Amino acid sequence: MNDKLYRIILFVAALIVPIVCGGVVYALATDAYDAFEHFGFLNFLTSSQWSYTAGNEQYGALPFITGTLMTALLALVFCIPFSLPVALFVGEYFRGTKVASVLSTVTDLLAGIPSIIYGLWGFFTLRPILMTLDISPQGSGVLTASLVLAIMIIPYVASLSAEFIKMVPNDLKEGAYSLGATRAEVIRKIIFPVAGSGMFSSYVLAIGRALGETMTVTMLIGNTNNIPDSIQSTGNSMASIIANQFGEADDLRLSSLIAIGLVLFLITALINIIGKIMIKRARIV
Amino acid sequence: MAALTAVPLLAILGEVLLRGYHQLSWAFFTEPTPTAYKAMKAIEAGEPIPGGIANGIVGTMIMLGMAVIVAVPLGILCGAFLAENSKNRFAQFVSYLTDLLQGTPSVIIGIITYIWVVVPMKGYSAIAGSVALCIMMVPLIVRSTEETLKILPASLKEAGLALGGNKARVMMRVQLPAAFGGIFTGILLAVSRVIGETAPLMFTALGCSLIRFSVDKPISAVPLLIWEFFNDPNLQELIWGASLFLLLFVLALNLTAKYLAKKWNQ
Amino acid sequence: MESVIPILEFKKTCVSYTKQTMAVKYVSAAIERNTITAIMGPSGCGKSTLLRAVNLMHSLYQNIRVDGEILLNGENILSMEPIDVRRRVGMVFQRPAPFPTMSIYDNVLSGFSLNGIKLSKAEKDTTVEHCLKSVALWDEVKDVLNKKGTFLSGGQQQRLCIARALAMKPDVLLMDEPTSALDPIATKHIEELLLDLQKEVTILIVTHNMGQAKRISSKSMFMYLGELVEYGDTETMFTNPIDERTKAYLTGKMG
Repeated sequence: MNDKLYRIILFVAALIVPIVCGGVVYALATDAYDAFEHFGFLNFLTSSQWSYTAGNEQYGALPFITGTLMTALLALVFCIPFSLPVALFVGEYFRGTKVASVLSTVTDLLAGIPSIIYGLWGFFTLRPILMTLDISPQGSGVLTASLVLAIMIIPYVASLSAEFIKMVPNDLKEGAYSLGATRAEVIRKIIFPVAGSGMFSSYVLAIGRALGETMTVTMLIGNTNNIPDSIQSTGNSMASIIANQFGEADDLRLSSLIAIGLVLFLITALINIIGKIMIKRARIV
Repeated sequence: MAALTAVPLLAILGEVLLRGYHQLSWAFFTEPTPTAYKAMKAIEAGEPIPGGIANGIVGTMIMLGMAVIVAVPLGILCGAFLAENSKNRFAQFVSYLTDLLQGTPSVIIGIITYIWVVVPMKGYSAIAGSVALCIMMVPLIVRSTEETLKILPASLKEAGLALGGNKARVMMRVQLPAAFGGIFTGILLAVSRVIGETAPLMFTALGCSLIRFSVDKPISAVPLLIWEFFNDPNLQELIWGASLFLLLFVLALNLTAKYLAKKWNQ
Repeated sequence: MESVIPILEFKKTCVSYTKQTMAVKYVSAAIERNTITAIMGPSGCGKSTLLRAVNLMHSLYQNIRVDGEILLNGENILSMEPIDVRRRVGMVFQRPAPFPTMSIYDNVLSGFSLNGIKLSKAEKDTTVEHCLKSVALWDEVKDVLNKKGTFLSGGQQQRLCIARALAMKPDVLLMDEPTSALDPIATKHIEELLLDLQKEVTILIVTHNMGQAKRISSKSMFMYLGELVEYGDTETMFTNPIDERTKAYLTGKMG
C-alpha cells in the first residue's frame, strides 16, 4: 500500500461524515416540504392543531415544541441540585480518592442505562409514588417525564462540571486559603467564578441531550396533543409524537412529522454547537 | 447529597432485578414471543406465560453484527484521518460534524434511515435497522480513535518513519496497535450505547414475533420487544425478564470497558 | 580501495520554518566515513534541525523548507524519496521509543516489516541475534525475546532502538541526544558501544554534553544561531578553538 492510496482511503472515510450530515438535512427538508408548503412555515410552527379528520387535516408543531422545551428545562433544573454536589465531591472535596472514583463509576453507569428502562422505571415505580403523594394526579405528565429526564442527564452535567472544577489552578486556591478563606468560601469565590462558564456549558450540552430523548418521554408524558399549561399536565414532545405516530402516518401527516423532526434536529444541533463553543472558550482558561 | 445519586441507580437495578428474576429460564432465552392470544389464555389459566425473547436476542445480535462490521473500520479510518490532519480546515469541519451527528436524537436517525433505506426497499428490514445503529455508532468510534491516536507520543510515529516505513505502514503496524486499547473501549461503549436503543428501530426494523435470520425483512430486537410488551396488556409480565437481560448486558459492557481502560492505561 | 567521496556532505544547507527565519544557515561540511562526528552548540542553535534534515524528517511538517544540498554518497537526498533515504540513514531519538506493542524480537525487525521486506525465519533469527549482539544486549535478553520491550531499563531500551536502526544496515546513523534521558552508567555503556560501532557505520551525534563530545567523537561541529561556526578535529577544537564563539562555548562562558 503506498502513501497516495492510503491518503485517499482515509479521506474517503472522512468524507462519509459530511455526506451523511448533509443527507440528513436534505432528506428531512425535502420530505418536510409538503407540510410546510401546505400550512405555511411560520403557521406550522405556531399552530396547535393536530387532527386527522380526512379532508381537513390540520397539523401544527407548537404543542410539541413547548413540550420538548418544558421537559428539557425542567429536567435541568431538577438535576442541578444533584449534579453540583457530585461534581464538587469528585472534583474538589474528595478528589482522587477511591470514593470519588466509585461515585464517578456510578454516575457513568447511570449514563449507560437504556432510555426505555428509565421509562419503565418511571412508569411502574415513580408514577405510583407521585400519584400517592398527590403531586401528580394522573401520574403521567410533564413533571414525571422531567424528573426521570433529570436523572438521565445527571451524568453529563456532573462529569463535565467535575472536569472544569478540577481545572481550576491550584495556585489560585492556595492563594485564597493562605489568606484565611474557608473551604466554602474558596468554592464560592474562586472555583465557581473560574469554572463557572465551563459548568454552564455542561448545562447547555445536557439540555441538548434532554431535547432529543425519546422513549422515556414517550412513556411518561401522557401523550396528549396540547400545550401543557402546568407542570402537572400531560402533553407531548417532538420526539414522542414522532415515536407515537410515525408508524401509521402517511402523506400529509407523515410530512408534518418529518417537519417536526427537522425542527428538532435544528434546535438540537444549534444547542450542541453553542455548548461546544462554550466548552472551547472555557477550556482556554 | 452526592450519595443520593447512587440511589436511582440502585433503585432501577433493584426494581428490574426483583421483577424480572423469576422469569429467567433457558426457555426464556430460546423461545420467541408468544402471541397475545396465547398469553391471554395463560393468564386466565393462572399459568406463567409461555415463550421468551429469543427473537429479540437474535435480531439484536444480527443487526449489531452488521452495524459493527461497517462502523468499526469506517470509524477507525475516519478517526485516523482526523488525528493525522488535525490542523487541516476540512478535518476540523468533519470533526464538528461528527459531534453534530453524535448529538442527533435517535428518533431523527430513525426517520433518516426510514427515508433512505425502508422507502427504497419498500419495506422494513434488519438491514435498515443496522444502518440506523451503524450511523449512531460511527461518531463514537471516530472520537475514541482520534483521541487515542492523538495521545500517543510523537516519538513513536517518528521512530517508525525514521526506519523507512511509509505512512500507511506506520499507522497500521505502529500507531493503531499502540492505540488499540482506547479504540477497543470506544467500540465497547458504542455497542453498549446502541444496543438499548428503541426509537430508531421502530421505523426501520419494525419488529417481528418469529426468530428470523433473513436480513431483508422485519426483525425483532430486545428493546423493541420491551416496547411491545409495555403496550400489550397481556404481555406485561414479560417486560421484566427482557429488561433484566438488557440491563445486565449493558452494565456488563460498560464495566468491562471501564476495567479495560484502567488496565491499559498504566 | 576506499571511496574518496565523503559519505555525507552538507553543501550550503539551509533550513527555514518561515520565510523570515532560518534555523540553519548555509552549513557546508563533509563528514568522514566510519567516524563519530559530534554536533554541539547552545540550545536553539539548529543542531537538531540540521540532523533531522538528513533523514528528511521535516517532510512530515508543512512549513519547513530545506535549501542547498545534502549529499549521501554523492546523491542529493533532497531530491530523493524520503523512504529511500530513511532506509539508508538510521535515527535514534532522545527518548527511547521501542514500539510498545511489539516484542523485543519484532522490534529489532520492525524496520523490515515497516518496509514490507519479508525475511525467512532463519534470516530473522540471524539478524536479531547479530544486531542485539552488536549493541551488547543479546546476553541480557536472549531468553525473553518474545516479551515486549517496555520492561527494559532506559539504557537497555535505547540500545534496543540502536539495534533496530542497525538492522537496516544504514550508511549513516543519526543520533539526537541519545543519552540525555539516561543515567550516567547507561550513558557510559552507550558511549562505549558507539566507539565500537563506528567501524561499521558512520555516526553523527547531536549532544549538549561537551564531555561526551570529547570522549567519543573524532570530529566536531560547533553551531551557533544556525551557522556552522567551526568544524574540525575534536582534539584540536577543544584545546585550540579558532573562533571566539567556540572558545566562549567550550569554556562555559556561553550557555
